[in-house]
Amino acid sequence: MSAPMVVAHDVHKYYDNYHALKGINLEVAAGEVLCMVGPSGSGKSTFLRCINQLERLHSGAIWVDGELCGYRQKGDRLRALSDNDIARQRLSSGMVFQRFNLFGHMSALQNIMEGPLVVQGRKRSEVRAEAEALLQRVGLADKAGAYPSELSGGQQQRVAIARALAMRPKLMLFDEPTSALDPELVGEVLMVMKDLALSGMTMIVVTHELGFAREVSNRVVFMDQGEVLESGTPAEVLNHPQHARTKEFIAAILS
Amino acid sequence: MTTPVSPFAVAHLKVVPRRFYGRWLSAALILLIMAFIINAFAHGQIEWKVVAQFMTAKVIMQGLLNTILMSIYAMTIGIVLGVIFAVMVMSPNPMLRAIAGFYIWFFRGVPLLLQMLLWFNLALVFPMMGIPGVFEARTVDLITPFIASLLGLGIGQGAYTAEVVRSGILSVDNGQTEAAKAVGMTRLTALRRIILPQAMRVIIPPVGNEVISMVKLTSVASVIQFSEILHNAQTIYFANARVIELLIVATVWYLAVVTVFSIGQYFLEKTFARSQRRNVKARPAAVPAGVQA
Repeated sequence: MSAPMVVAHDVHKYYDNYHALKGINLEVAAGEVLCMVGPSGSGKSTFLRCINQLERLHSGAIWVDGELCGYRQKGDRLRALSDNDIARQRLSSGMVFQRFNLFGHMSALQNIMEGPLVVQGRKRSEVRAEAEALLQRVGLADKAGAYPSELSGGQQQRVAIARALAMRPKLMLFDEPTSALDPELVGEVLMVMKDLALSGMTMIVVTHELGFAREVSNRVVFMDQGEVLESGTPAEVLNHPQHARTKEFIAAILS
Repeated sequence: MTTPVSPFAVAHLKVVPRRFYGRWLSAALILLIMAFIINAFAHGQIEWKVVAQFMTAKVIMQGLLNTILMSIYAMTIGIVLGVIFAVMVMSPNPMLRAIAGFYIWFFRGVPLLLQMLLWFNLALVFPMMGIPGVFEARTVDLITPFIASLLGLGIGQGAYTAEVVRSGILSVDNGQTEAAKAVGMTRLTALRRIILPQAMRVIIPPVGNEVISMVKLTSVASVIQFSEILHNAQTIYFANARVIELLIVATVWYLAVVTVFSIGQYFLEKTFARSQRRNVKARPAAVPAGVQA
C-alpha cells in the first residue's frame, strides 16, 4: 500500500459563527475513488474546497500527496505560504465545479490549453496535441472551436473535466458535477468520470448520484452537519446504513 | 352564386392606418423653433466670412491638434491608473486598499479646475524636483502648462475609470476566479488572463463615454494657458474682438472630434461584443449529419 494521497486531520472550518466542519478525519489512498454523500449544507463541498485551498481551514491539517496544504514546517513553527506557493500546491489536484465555470471568452480547446500554457509554460504544439487528445477522450473532438455558450451543460462539464486533466493532476475533485445538469445530460458526464476512475485516477466525488457511488466508488462517506457519520464500502453505507440519519437520507433520495 | 359571408370575416373591409396627429403637431412646432433660431443666427451680428476664414487658421489647427493629443494622452494615463487602482482597491492587502481608497476619494472629490491649478503651482510647495545627485531641475521648468494639464486630467480620470473597471470586474462571476485558481493561476494571472478580458464588455461603453467627456474637459486646461483649441480661439478674439465667430469655430471643431470618437466607440463595442457569442449562431460544423433543418 502506497502512502495516502489525501490525509485530513481534525479539520475545522467556521463561517462566522457557523461551525461548517466539525473535526473531519479522512484518508484517501492513491487510486481510490471516494464518494461523499449527504444532505446539502452538510459540509461536503466545503471540505472538498478545503483540499485545494479555495477555502481556509481554521484548525487541523490537510496533506495532499505528502505535502501540508498552505504551510511550510520550519522546526516547531508553521509558516503560512505565499500566494504563489499555494497556486503551485493547487497543481496537484484538478477541480470540477457544479456550475462548470468554463472561461467564457475562450473556445473549448483554448479552455483546456490555458493552464498548461500560462501556468506550466509548456510548449504550444505539445499542449495543443494533448488538448485535442483530451477532447477526443471526453467525446467532444468536433467541438474544439465551440465557445461555452454554444455547448450544452453536459458538454461544458466534459470540457471542464478535460481542462482539469490537462494539468496532469494526481487527484481529481468533483463538486456535485451533475447537479446543475438536465436529467438527460447526467449520463454522459458520469460515463466520462467512470472511464477516468477505471484509468486509476484518485478521485473524490461529492454527489447525489447514488447509482454512480454504488457502481464506481471504492468507498462512500456519509456526512451530516459538518461531521463524517459513516464510512465504508458502497454496499455497507448505501445498502446497510447504520446511522438513523444515513437511513433517512438514502430513503429520501430513493423515493 | 353568392356564398354567405361569415360575420367574422374582415377581408372585404378597408384598413385605415392609425393617424398620429401629435407627431405632425410637434414636428411643425420644432420646425418653427428651428426657423427662428436659424433666422436669429443669420441676422445676428455674426460675420460668417470670419468664421469660415478662421475655421482652418493655423493657430486653430494647432489648438485642435493639442486638444486631440491631450485627450488621447490623458485618457491613456486615466485607463492605466484606473486599472491599477481598481485592482488595488479589490486587493486582499489592506495597505493597497487604503492607498487606492484615498486616491479615489481625493481625486474624485476635488474639482478638476482646482486640481490643475494645484499641479500648475506645485513649485510653491516643491521648488526643486529630481533624484538628488542624479538629476535635479526647478519645478517651474518641469511643470509646463502641458504637463500640469496632463497630470490634472489623467490622474483625475484615473479615479473615475477605477470605479468603472471595478464594476466591470465585479460583473464577472466568482466561479471564473475559482476555476482560474483551480488550474493553478495566481490572483494577478487570473485577473489578466480570465477576469479582465471578460470584464471588458461591461467596461468599454462607459469608458467610451468618458473619452468623449475628456475631449470637452481639455477645454478647462485653457485656464492654465495650455494652448488647446478654446484657449487659441480666445487668444484670437482678445486681439480681433470677433468673439462669437471664434466661439462658433471652436464649437464646430469640438462637435467634429466628438462625432469621430463616437463612431470609433461604436466599432470598438461591436468588436468586444463579438466575443460574447450568446446571440451569434453556432457555426454549421456543429450540426450532426441527418439533423439539418
